[in-house]
Amino acid sequence: MNIPEAVRPSTVRANLSASPKWLKLIFLVAAAAFMYALPILEPPIISTPDTEFAGVLFTVTTYVLVALGLNIVIGYAGLLDLGYIGFYAVGAYTVAVLGSEHGHLSWLICLPIAAVVATLSGLILGAPTLRVRGDYLAIVTLGFGEIIRLTAINSSWLGAAFGISDVPKPPSVHLFEVPHLVWNRGVASVDLSNKSTFLEFGVIDSVPYYWLGLTMVILVLIADRLIKDSRVGRSWEATREDENAAEVMGVPTFKFKLLAFAMGAFIGGLSGGLYATVNSFVSPASFLLLYSILFVAAVVVGGAGNRWGVIVGAIAVAYLPERFRGFTDYRVMVFGIALIALAIFRPQGLLPPRRTVRARKLPGGAIEGGGLNA
Amino acid sequence: MDYLYLYDNFWALTVTGLSLGAIYALIALGYTLVYGVLQLINFAHSEVFMYGTFAVSWVLLFVGAHANGSLPQVIGWFAMALVAAMLMSCAIALLLERVAYRPLRRRHAPRLVALISAIGASFALAEAMGLRDRITGWVGLDDVLHRYVFNARENIGTPDIIHPEAVFRLFDYRVTNVDILVITSAFVMMVLLDQFVQRSRLGRGIRSVSQDPEAAALMGVNADRVIQVTFALGGLAAGGAAALYMFKIGVSRYDVGFILGVKAFTAAVLGGIGNLRGALLGGLLLGVVENYGSALVGSQWKDVVAFVLLVVILLLRPTGLLGESLSGARA
Repeated sequence: MNIPEAVRPSTVRANLSASPKWLKLIFLVAAAAFMYALPILEPPIISTPDTEFAGVLFTVTTYVLVALGLNIVIGYAGLLDLGYIGFYAVGAYTVAVLGSEHGHLSWLICLPIAAVVATLSGLILGAPTLRVRGDYLAIVTLGFGEIIRLTAINSSWLGAAFGISDVPKPPSVHLFEVPHLVWNRGVASVDLSNKSTFLEFGVIDSVPYYWLGLTMVILVLIADRLIKDSRVGRSWEATREDENAAEVMGVPTFKFKLLAFAMGAFIGGLSGGLYATVNSFVSPASFLLLYSILFVAAVVVGGAGNRWGVIVGAIAVAYLPERFRGFTDYRVMVFGIALIALAIFRPQGLLPPRRTVRARKLPGGAIEGGGLNA
Repeated sequence: MDYLYLYDNFWALTVTGLSLGAIYALIALGYTLVYGVLQLINFAHSEVFMYGTFAVSWVLLFVGAHANGSLPQVIGWFAMALVAAMLMSCAIALLLERVAYRPLRRRHAPRLVALISAIGASFALAEAMGLRDRITGWVGLDDVLHRYVFNARENIGTPDIIHPEAVFRLFDYRVTNVDILVITSAFVMMVLLDQFVQRSRLGRGIRSVSQDPEAAALMGVNADRVIQVTFALGGLAAGGAAALYMFKIGVSRYDVGFILGVKAFTAAVLGGIGNLRGALLGGLLLGVVENYGSALVGSQWKDVVAFVLLVVILLLRPTGLLGESLSGARA
């Protein structure tokens, strides 16, 4: 029998882990610098012809942020959350309510409060529901996401169906200007008429928002790495693999599940707040249940449990439909068919976590989860 | 809190709640059957229902049904619509099993992946219906089928072949023939299905696979066949629900399945997922409580009432009202 593809160690990963630490660091810094420069470079093939590239990139960063948060809940702790949009909405509405509708707090204060309020809502939802079994959790969270949206529609305090406008912007600092590049048949030239000001959070230019989003992604990535490799991360893994065994070994599983839920909610609230900032407008129509499903799809498509995998998944879900706008009408259908194909041909996701790959080599080859008993 | 309104309209709310609840219950059967056998949330079941509603509409359009038919005509149309919806939903359910589930089962994929596949199937099916004008255009049939496919993203209706008329009075509410038809047909379908699972040979296969798939396989039960039958039964029930839904509500759309699917799944969990009689109880209860709740706090909170009810039940009785077992009886 051929060795399944997933068993072979990917060469990129093998090379990277074999190289010395300073080389890795240089590689990561270079990659981050490239990511920051992306909207300035506007490379011809990946740039989006029909919509502003920086705006698309910003959307991608919010999806990446959401996917990283949801990865803690689904990938690390193994809790299926179908109502993640609820936390996202709580974050967005908190910023809007405090900064525009019922107060004039500065954005710098609003955003942390939004994340904290989302965390609290995660604790309030999680405390009673995390005791029920996995599949029920899915439906209860689905209900939560819908309740948040319906509450927003029906409360005039939250702007009802019209939503809230004039969400505050982050304070601007004018330091220097960066001209964009223009590509003409593969040759780049500097376009002096199109400049982005470093840290001016205005209405027209999305580039500074993208930088802000990217910075948050990097911060969350660092935090994610620290937590995953700590006692907390190991406890999540133990809980996910076998809750009873973990409990017997002295892991307070409920506490750790609640922690995962709260941290996921924190990141969800953060990205929701960011979303509200850029759009400067929130309305219930932006928080449809469909997006919850898309978020879960991003995590699972990329490979739940692997932070780089879920980033790839988020990019696939957010970027591809924008790049291929010509198929706008068909994109949901194509996306659906792609999900089925992916589930059949690469069930572990595009970039599965290393542990899954290792587990596949074990005799029996079973991968985590109950599987379809048939 | 509008207690007076609830008090004044108590019987009206009860009867309409029961007839909507009966439809929830029929859809919930599909979730419960598949969950009992595969321990999977069949996320695309809502689309199975949606295709059934379109079958009703198309058949009635095809035979030229109208609101003023004679009694034999109406009975004929009703039967045709019911059969068409059941066949359509059954076919979609079987297709779903074949394309989105069986390949995964062969590979022993994790459950989360099966859910993703089901979500993908749900999107693809709903959008295929929402783009039916374009899709028929590719094969050059859009002119021939224009009556059936135009305005693909808008509501599609049916002629009111059964005119709602009051049959008898329950206290101060006039119970209509449509209410009676919906509740009794749903009830008959559920009893038939329950008896099939309890008594027939295939039903025994379904119960055995849901209890212990490995032992069932060792006893010579063909799991693939059993799973196919399970999906087919769920599809038939959803088709029945679709026909009744069209007679009761009369309007459908390519995305009508989603919210009804969530409600029906809620109903299944409420009664104890994997339990057929639980689905019946859960559906009826959900329909009625939802109606009372929306009378008390306003109809815009209807869906919130349904979810709050679900959370409360799960906290007090995590296995649902009747427990989770396809075989029904619990020790």
